[in-house]
Amino acid sequence: MSATVKPYGLLAEFETAAEITHAAEKVRDAGYRQWDVFSPFPVHGMDRAMGLKNSKVGWFAFLGGATGYTIGMLMIWFMNAFDYPIIIGGKPMFSPFAAFPPSYELTILLGAFGALFGMLFLNRLPRLHHPLLKSRRFALATHDRFFLVIESSDPNYAENETRKLLESTGSRHIELVED
Amino acid sequence: MSQPEAMLKVHLPPTELQRMPLVANQRSPAWISDRVASLVEGKTPRWWWIAFIPSSMAMTMLLGMLVWQVSTGVGVWGNNHPVMWGWDIINFVWWIGIGHAGTLISAILFLLRQRWRTAVNRAAEAMTIFAVMCAGIYPALHVGRIWFDWWLFPIPTSNGLWPQFRSPLMWDVFAVSTYFTVSVLFWYVGLIPDLATFRDRSKSKVRQFLYGLFALGWTGSNRHWSNYEKAYLILAGLSTPLVLSVHSIVSLDFAVSQLPGWHTTIFPPYFVAGAIFSGFGMVLTLLLPLRKLCKLEDIITMRHIDVMCKVTLATGSIVGYAYGMEFFIAWYSGSDYERFAFINRATGPYWWGYWTMISCNVIFPQLFWFKKVRQNLWIVFVLSILVNVGMWFERFVIIVISLHREFLPSNWGYFVPTWVDVCTYLGTFGLFFTCFLLFMRFLPMIAIAEVKGVTPYSDPHHPVGGAKVGGGH
Repeated sequence: MSATVKPYGLLAEFETAAEITHAAEKVRDAGYRQWDVFSPFPVHGMDRAMGLKNSKVGWFAFLGGATGYTIGMLMIWFMNAFDYPIIIGGKPMFSPFAAFPPSYELTILLGAFGALFGMLFLNRLPRLHHPLLKSRRFALATHDRFFLVIESSDPNYAENETRKLLESTGSRHIELVED
Repeated sequence: MSQPEAMLKVHLPPTELQRMPLVANQRSPAWISDRVASLVEGKTPRWWWIAFIPSSMAMTMLLGMLVWQVSTGVGVWGNNHPVMWGWDIINFVWWIGIGHAGTLISAILFLLRQRWRTAVNRAAEAMTIFAVMCAGIYPALHVGRIWFDWWLFPIPTSNGLWPQFRSPLMWDVFAVSTYFTVSVLFWYVGLIPDLATFRDRSKSKVRQFLYGLFALGWTGSNRHWSNYEKAYLILAGLSTPLVLSVHSIVSLDFAVSQLPGWHTTIFPPYFVAGAIFSGFGMVLTLLLPLRKLCKLEDIITMRHIDVMCKVTLATGSIVGYAYGMEFFIAWYSGSDYERFAFINRATGPYWWGYWTMISCNVIFPQLFWFKKVRQNLWIVFVLSILVNVGMWFERFVIIVISLHREFLPSNWGYFVPTWVDVCTYLGTFGLFFTCFLLFMRFLPMIAIAEVKGVTPYSDPHHPVGGAKVGGGH
């Protein structure tokens, strides 16, 4: 490891859900900002232990759904009542009731795309490379281990003190990850 | 996790209140990934080839039948006046109905916090997607001149004409295409963390690259999980009204017409219940052999099968109620045509179709009231197949029996399928099973991350999850 390479951060490994939850609470209380927890499944209560706010994905889904409904209604009005009106069974050219089912489906379609792309956007995915994926042990994060990473970009980051904090949380393996 | 079991002090409820755990034998998260990944990583088992070769041959036959139908015309099918909708629409409704159980399991049971769904949802969602693919073939082909299929979409033709949105058939186009797209999205979102698991354990570069590509760089970050879980919840919330609307709209294809036997307001809920009923039949048919062949008994436990049998019983009883209510309303309406249509179902030339439907859908599933039956996998397997036989006949009864006796006796006829009808239908099984076998060989058949999440290992307050005995939190 050459001294010129800036480290990505300190990686601490844990074996149980309880250990990682307690560790996250400690790191949160120490005032760190640029840090994260990695687990093979969402750990119940971790958002609170990390001090995360409610996810904003809902807004993207709502925006998608509202767009879908509006597009559906406008499209049907334009096609059947404005651009080429044809009388069918003596009924009004446009009726919101007959136009509802396709608009409803479009609401769901674009709402679902909103949820998916909103989630990907907020997570900054897809991402082809991640410094952590270089660590061999980190591959276990999708298997059965739990990891906590404090990034070197955090203003409170100081290698020795941060390492001490992580040691005090009971981690059995701590390593420095290169960027 | 590292503590020996003897040291753990768990205060269990009294025996009569205890439930079977969702993952049997206290399997650990590592065991779950290893078990599920072994289905993909190991050597292809012989039974897989035994199932795959005939399936792909049947799929090839389907292709041949479709080419024959397109190049010759719809006349190769048995559809003819007065039965203008024959096996094509029967099979369309049948396949799309099967798909509904997948969405019920993945979306509705998720919203209802039914944690057992995690063991079966991945396979059930795959079943949904492949069933909708099989279903989609029929409406596309039955129009006869498939090169005009694009008229169904809101694209201007050279005549400047637009589709007519008052027709439920147009609603169907939107419902089915949205259903397919959203099912694929939901399935894929669920797959992302598991694809990352596969990426991180692959030995070969090709696998690592491909699983890595589709895992989109997933690392298991909790900041990501937080958004992910919200997106998953929203997708479940959107899929729930979607799945209820899809079969309602399919039923409106019939109910909006004036034909006795079709023109009934009970159709939407009755179709949805029937769809879920047949879908659970198919889930059981698929998973009973698979859990044995893939040694997944600890993940898909007897408790899961028991619960699925109960859902089948409940939806089957709803369907039975709907059959009774249809008859009552036909009598109560006072309309001679309605009364005739229903008496003709039970006693007319197709009486055998009606009574097959009643026995398979209403009578046999009642056996699921008995615990002994729910625990005998052979009986469950046979009953699950009978459910789908019955549901096929339900669509036969609704479509063919209603059409073959019209208002005027001069319009009466008798429908017989042709060999092309039969081979096309058998061919769709080939497509379905080919896709399903490829899915289970290359993708995680069990939602790994979700199943890990329902074990006690994921609970920071459970001793197995690392909580200290007697330690307050």
